[in-house]
Amino acid sequence: MSILVNKDSKILVQGITGKEGSFHASACKAYGTQVVAGVTPGKGGNDFEGIPVFNTVESAAIQTGADVALIFVPPPFAADAIMEAAAASIPLIICITEGIPLMDMMRVKKFLEGKPVRLIGPNCPGIITPEECKIGIMPGFIHKKGNVGVVSRSGTLTYEAVWQLTERGLGQTTCIGIGGDPVNGTNFVDVLSMFEKDGETEAIVMIGEIGGDAEETAAAFIKENVTKPVVAFIAGMTAPPGRRMGHAGAIISGGKGTAADKMSALEAAGVTVVKNPAMIGEAIELSLTT
Amino acid sequence: MNIHEYQAKALFKKYNIPVPKGGVAFSPDEAATVAATLETPVCVVKAQIHAGGRGKAGGVKLAKTRDEVIPLANEILGKILVTPQTGPEGKEVKKLLIEEGADIQNELYLSLVADRGTGSIVIIASTEGGMEIEEVAEETPEKIIRLSVDPAFGFQAYEGRSVAFQMGLPKEVIGQFVKLLGNLYRLFVDKGAMQIEINPLIITGDNKLVALDAKVGFDESALFKNPEISELRDLEEEDPLETRASQHGLNYVKLDGKIGCMVNGAGLAMSTMDVIKLAGSEPANFLDVGGGASKETVKQAFQILMDDPNVEGVFVNIFGGIVRCERIAGGIIDAAKEIELNVPLVVRLQGTNAEEAKDLLAASDVKLTVADTLWDGAQKIVAAVS
Repeated sequence: MSILVNKDSKILVQGITGKEGSFHASACKAYGTQVVAGVTPGKGGNDFEGIPVFNTVESAAIQTGADVALIFVPPPFAADAIMEAAAASIPLIICITEGIPLMDMMRVKKFLEGKPVRLIGPNCPGIITPEECKIGIMPGFIHKKGNVGVVSRSGTLTYEAVWQLTERGLGQTTCIGIGGDPVNGTNFVDVLSMFEKDGETEAIVMIGEIGGDAEETAAAFIKENVTKPVVAFIAGMTAPPGRRMGHAGAIISGGKGTAADKMSALEAAGVTVVKNPAMIGEAIELSLTT
Repeated sequence: MNIHEYQAKALFKKYNIPVPKGGVAFSPDEAATVAATLETPVCVVKAQIHAGGRGKAGGVKLAKTRDEVIPLANEILGKILVTPQTGPEGKEVKKLLIEEGADIQNELYLSLVADRGTGSIVIIASTEGGMEIEEVAEETPEKIIRLSVDPAFGFQAYEGRSVAFQMGLPKEVIGQFVKLLGNLYRLFVDKGAMQIEINPLIITGDNKLVALDAKVGFDESALFKNPEISELRDLEEEDPLETRASQHGLNYVKLDGKIGCMVNGAGLAMSTMDVIKLAGSEPANFLDVGGGASKETVKQAFQILMDDPNVEGVFVNIFGGIVRCERIAGGIIDAAKEIELNVPLVVRLQGTNAEEAKDLLAASDVKLTVADTLWDGAQKIVAAVS
């Protein structure tokens, strides 16, 4: 089992003819993902490496049965692209784009309310169910099929954690990057609850960072609802307050959102918090053997 | 991105939000020229720096007569202001705002904030103006009124009335308050702000609302929509290395430690700082070279690290996904040829083509230590420096 996506997922790529979109659409396809359609307004009727390109998400979905939208549209047009996918009732929308204006995301979030769709991201690496499908920009080869669920606000730090697991022979059920923006579609709680319900997931890696209170909310949820072992790392212990650390959402403001607060909230919820990110793999191994 | 009070007040004026009459001055003479255009005998001389807490640090002074403006301007210009928000090194005052004195009857607090929790713009208001809002929240939370505005429909007048009545504002100012809030919301949305704070918003002796202070921060991601806002950026308020880094598409934040680090990805960059600390030293910076790091970006990044006089060692930590490790290795070798890398260098490359990268580095004559893991790298660089 896995969560959200598997070998039957059919992907359409919005922005497939752009630089990023074309590169990653090929890489996803090469991993074995079913990339069934591309969308680029004005380029409908063409094809990209054998993948048919459509003018609109709706027509692509109707003609190919795509059930996941992967978005590489540049920031000024990305909010519109998400709403187009949602209006076409694509159940799972994954937005990789970094740098979408916050106000645009607020409107998008409102637009999504009550629609039967889930947004992952934006500003995220995407989602992968190892050896079944890769929908995003992560390097596929570092992953391995197995029983650990991974959820993270980061990109390369997730690869670091996944690599530690794979090197120890610990595979993953599904790895999800929920993104580094302050307003996003899917949060830790959503993913933790799916991992808890998933029959194959036996342990969970959760990677948070400074800013906001998503980790604190997750801690409260874990305490009440998660029975599986959770290992967490929070990046930004040494980050100064008031400075944005790369991600738009990674900022300690008004003394809130520090790594220390998040770590103690998670510890109080029974989560194994590692202070050293190099110890994530080891901690998961320990949690599975004890 | 933050702007100065005088710039924020100019924006307020465009949106019909009342502010005291005044102008910016870069010298005592200019300060006198501005003062001569004002209509009140009393005027205020305010230091313009990107940090709050200016008043307590001696950056805001009252001139009882016009003649006092020049000596006060002399006193404040060039002064290093140390406030809780500037850090211990403080900030030098290079500009002043000269304004008419106001007849303050009552001080209120008003701000709009892009709230990540609710995904909306939240209005925060209080009758306790002139104080730090965090203190008010701590001591008398019941005096803070919060209202979240639906981003789909925008601000409605009834929401303004609700806030005004909850604050118990006198009936003479309620209409003004609702109008002011509406204008502030429009400014927020039009210009892509992250927060707007007026502290204090005053009620004058003749029952007029005036924004006595103005603090506005913008969403960097929305700047492309408003090029006129980008032009308000004051590079003098920013660290020169940070400015240079951003011009090269590098995400760099200068810190106080002695280990320079170069990493791809924000989360991994923060974690690399954290492991340097765990290994017993302090990071000199946050530096994310991004997903598409080229040889050229790597060279620029090295140059920035070497231009920080505090840097005594460099740790390169790259997890190659999209970025191929051999490309980074090539960048390191090129940079070493052109830049004097006169400090210990530890390189950890993992992921796509890591083995080829290690071979490239081994075959070159660049003096460096290769590390296999994140922790190994951190320990090696800390040992090399201490």
